[in-house]
Amino acid sequence: MDVQLLTYIIVGAAFALYIAIALWSRASSTGEFYVAGGGVHPIANGMATAADWMSAASFISMAGIISFMGRDGSVYLMGWTGGYVLLALLLAPYLRKFGKFTVPDFIGDRYYSNIARLVAVICLIFISFTYIAGQMRGVGIVFSRFLEVDINTGVIIGMAIVFIYAVLGGMKGITYTQVAQYCVLIFAYMVPAIFISILMTGNPIPQLGFGSKLLTEDIYLLDKLNLVLNDIGFNSYTDFSKSKIDIFCITAALMIGTAGLPHVIVRFFTVPRVKDARTSAGWALLFIAILYLTAPAVSSFARLNFINTVDNTAYTDTPNWFKNWEDIGLISWTDKNKDGIIQYRSGNALEKNKPQFTSERGQYNQRLVLNNPTSNTNEIYIDRDIMVLANPEIAKLPNWVIALVAAGALAAALSTAAGLLLVISSAVSHDLMKKTLKPSITEKQELLLARLSAATAIIIAGIFGIYPPAFVAQVVAFAFGLAAASIFPAIVMGIFSKRMNQYGAISGMLSGLIFTATYIVFFKFISPEYNTSEYWLFGISPEGIGVIGMAINFLVAIIISSITKPPPIEVYEIVDNIRMPGENKW
Amino acid sequence: MNKEKINKYSYWKANLKIVSILLSIWFISSFGAGIIFSDFLDKIKIGGFELGFWFAQQGSIIIFVLLIVIYCFLMNRLDKKFEVSED
Repeated sequence: MDVQLLTYIIVGAAFALYIAIALWSRASSTGEFYVAGGGVHPIANGMATAADWMSAASFISMAGIISFMGRDGSVYLMGWTGGYVLLALLLAPYLRKFGKFTVPDFIGDRYYSNIARLVAVICLIFISFTYIAGQMRGVGIVFSRFLEVDINTGVIIGMAIVFIYAVLGGMKGITYTQVAQYCVLIFAYMVPAIFISILMTGNPIPQLGFGSKLLTEDIYLLDKLNLVLNDIGFNSYTDFSKSKIDIFCITAALMIGTAGLPHVIVRFFTVPRVKDARTSAGWALLFIAILYLTAPAVSSFARLNFINTVDNTAYTDTPNWFKNWEDIGLISWTDKNKDGIIQYRSGNALEKNKPQFTSERGQYNQRLVLNNPTSNTNEIYIDRDIMVLANPEIAKLPNWVIALVAAGALAAALSTAAGLLLVISSAVSHDLMKKTLKPSITEKQELLLARLSAATAIIIAGIFGIYPPAFVAQVVAFAFGLAAASIFPAIVMGIFSKRMNQYGAISGMLSGLIFTATYIVFFKFISPEYNTSEYWLFGISPEGIGVIGMAINFLVAIIISSITKPPPIEVYEIVDNIRMPGENKW
Repeated sequence: MNKEKINKYSYWKANLKIVSILLSIWFISSFGAGIIFSDFLDKIKIGGFELGFWFAQQGSIIIFVLLIVIYCFLMNRLDKKFEVSED
């Protein structure tokens, strides 16, 4: 059967499954809509958290990015897993014991202040929308690439599917579809990885194959990769090229940011007991680790495979996948020395890097570009995303594997989008309306409002997907930086310091937020020409600055709270209560 | 001090001790082995992996999972000891 038909069948079957689950698990109360009634099994919640967490970026882009960054890519591997340790040890059990619906709920109650609640709502909405724009775009890209429909049609189909299970089922519907989506995405990720590992090293376990010798030569895969890269002018794969302080700060900002992301935290409100919140964090990280331990192996296989296949090959002899991805526009070749043979070297092949294709073809039938060639000898432009998407083709795997990868990428994008939409809708209907503006609404009205705001958020997200703001890629640093500098410290101090009061918390959140936002906006938007290490504060890039923002937040909060009056006695009781599981019988 | 206060206080103290020990291991395995001491560890080679590289791309993640497992075990034991377990 051809790839196209297989992809339709596999993706169609997966969608039918998600919708069936959604119909089976409709939400009938606000408790079910916001936190699935608090009755989710810890393993199910672990899977749902993993699917929620692993976005289109984790599934499609991460291995490709690491493939080109080599060792520097470790920041993503450690940064996007290490936060779960912080979450499990510092946040999840206490927030579960607190037992309300949302993150602003905790901040508002603990700091006995609607201003604190409002600041948290603003941070939350900003973080979540930043994130969701990328997801809807990811859905559109997968549709257009594998199902050959227009990107915009793809976004609309994706919106319709999420609409059905997020608006009907709320957190309950989302949780159980995410469990199914996790299974689809992890299977789709592992199958090609195992095949490629066997093809290259003979070892069926990618994590071990990565450290093994090649089948074709008596040399370790990583050593071979270093040699090949050095030959064509790249740094060694296993060496750092960024400064250590920057690596340190980016890793820390991603870890702390992860632990402060509202759509992740809220998942731990859905399990029945404090004990389950701890266990569930462990399951979540285990399920995430399966993909994150495989990704770096895939990265190294893909890089070596790509160089072996492409470098020093006549264009006319390249395999089909090369021309397919060139047609889609993710690869381009400019024959600088007019020999008809592809040279892959370090440096950008084209001025402005991204190719702007013309409709004309060159003498070997390659696509021509408008860009001027650069003066170096590199002739290849390659988009990092294809490392995962094209892997099955590069390794000559059967068609059903290619179809599976499409279904997996869609599962990753849809599950994350749904989780984010829920956080946004509950912030609007619960924190903004019920708790702040209009406390008189009934539960039924609140539930209707929650569904309406979920629907509105889906439409806004879809518009972002169809007309992506040019800055989407630029603002990802924002989401993590802001979560690290605002929400994380406020929650941690709320649990671990009884003395922390509303003045300290609010001034801390605002100063962390303003510092981090200013730094990122300055280097990313106002003066990108200064965005190099000599101008950075202590040599820390905008991606890592959230750590300094967090330190400022802590410092300001502690100073301000120590010179203002302590919180009321009820707050001491709240803190005592969340510090201990079970009914407080003492 | 009455019994209630002593219990509350010692439970929280024991909790903080567990958390701080586990977070130290968390820090050493990721920021320590994967970044700060990685040049030194890279001199040791196990199979095809330089050890610092292995910690940065594999080892730290495995240790993270183990840390949460150990945390669950220790906290469940602590909850039982102080009779605050939810079972």
